[in-house]
Amino acid sequence: MSDANTQAVEKYRNNFLKEVSERVEEGDWVKMCMQCGVCSGSCPLGSAWAHPPQEIFMMIRAGKREEVLTSDSMWMCTSCYNCIVRCPRKLPITHIMHGLANYAHRLGLAPKNQPTRVLGTLFWNNAIQNGRINELKFSLALYFKDGFSQGIKNALAMKDAGLGLLKAKRLNPFEIFGGHGCKGKKGIHAMLKKAQEIEARRKNFTA
Amino acid sequence: MAKKEYAFYPGCSSQKGASASNYLTSVNAMCETLDIKLTEIPDWNCCGASIGYAEGGELPRHVMNARNFALAEDNLPGQQIVATCAACWLGARETKERLDASSQLMADTNEALKEAGLNYKGGADVRHMVEVLIEDFGYDELKKPVVKSLEGIKFAGYVGCQTNRPFGIDGESFENPVYLDKLVEMVGGEAIAAYDQKVTCCGGALAFSEPEKSQKQIKDIVESAYDHGAEMIVTPCPLCQANVEIYQSDVNKRYGTKFNIPVLYYSQLMTVAYGGSAKQAGLDGQLIKASKLEQIASKK
Ligand code: SF4
Ligand code: SF4
Repeated sequence: MSDANTQAVEKYRNNFLKEVSERVEEGDWVKMCMQCGVCSGSCPLGSAWAHPPQEIFMMIRAGKREEVLTSDSMWMCTSCYNCIVRCPRKLPITHIMHGLANYAHRLGLAPKNQPTRVLGTLFWNNAIQNGRINELKFSLALYFKDGFSQGIKNALAMKDAGLGLLKAKRLNPFEIFGGHGCKGKKGIHAMLKKAQEIEARRKNFTA
Repeated sequence: MAKKEYAFYPGCSSQKGASASNYLTSVNAMCETLDIKLTEIPDWNCCGASIGYAEGGELPRHVMNARNFALAEDNLPGQQIVATCAACWLGARETKERLDASSQLMADTNEALKEAGLNYKGGADVRHMVEVLIEDFGYDELKKPVVKSLEGIKFAGYVGCQTNRPFGIDGESFENPVYLDKLVEMVGGEAIAAYDQKVTCCGGALAFSEPEKSQKQIKDIVESAYDHGAEMIVTPCPLCQANVEIYQSDVNKRYGTKFNIPVLYYSQLMTVAYGGSAKQAGLDGQLIKASKLEQIASKK
């Protein structure tokens, strides 16, 4: 178990709802859910979720900490906001799903090779490195995440689309040498470091 | 002086050589005709997109957006911020609303921004290009420069998620928004009113991480366009455009279909209707050629 996770377990004992309220983005809304199921029924990938949103909220209240945080369900959220506009109680469901995924990731409980977890991490790291996304490096990092030979396979599978984009000038091979970025990237790095410190302070994260 | 001026937030995908660069080309042409002056926010950064949450978390994401706001306030005082990308707009607007609602979050954000030598005062609104067109100009005004009708082309107006939810365009319903259809009709095209997939999610970023699942979404979106006799799909969102266009060949392999339908931006339609060339409309950026539109563009 990671230190951060041990610390969280000790701090909140058996009160997972409290933990979610205090540490997960928009988590204090969970207690407002009336279990009508509209969110689950509205979710485009809902059938792929082991536990659709309504069930996740029920499980949080039932204290099923381990099951929720190790689930790959909330990683299936496409950020379509269908649930949000339909929920009769106006829960910010999308953000809670993002928040739960992020919290599980932070504690090291999220499924290790969950593809969206990997994607999200690659994306953010790519974005903050120079301040802007380098689409070429991002795609390559994604293809090659499972090693070189799988990477070649993935890249070949996407060959037609890739070549099409190149031809249409919507993919620039020279991005590999740097590409777009912000002049103020030093400031961006400093500001993000500070933001992480503040967030850790506010939410009482240790590690 | 231009009729209207805005602080422009193009977003990463609109940059030169990036996946929505043809969107920007057409927006520039469209804005020139309408006398809209877009001034890029100097040194703007990535908004974090919809998937940034996984690693970025809450405050860092807001801080990224707030940096853009602060830069806009400092360099383009008094101008509203306009984004062309649905995800950029949504992310930025969300940050704006959260900061407006919480003085704590605002203080935390400014504490972090200080490290970059910036301060955000909480000024300018964040708006989507479509919002600006419809609310600041209106259909009648937008119709005036039309010199070529897109008559004879049937369009499935694919609004998708993030330009539609949770904020959407004022006065439109989440389940059946009609502004895109109205824009199509305004340029003389035929809008397919019965297009039942107009607000379906394309899978968003999960097109990369969960291809089987998101391609099912894409299949439904394209199939319904065909079933209703559409010749082209039109959208306001760069990710919808990319997903629905790029993955059609994969969908064909997976499902044994033969889809090959062009997917365009509203701004490309408007540019052509305003008399712009195929190049000005960014039509050379289509993976699936919009031949009928190219023909209209090349007509004298
Ligand atoms: S729609 Fe809202 S109230 Fe209903 S189950 Fe989902 S979160 Fe709960
Ligand atoms: S935003 Fe996420 S949780 Fe909500 S309906 Fe869409 S995919 Fe499901």
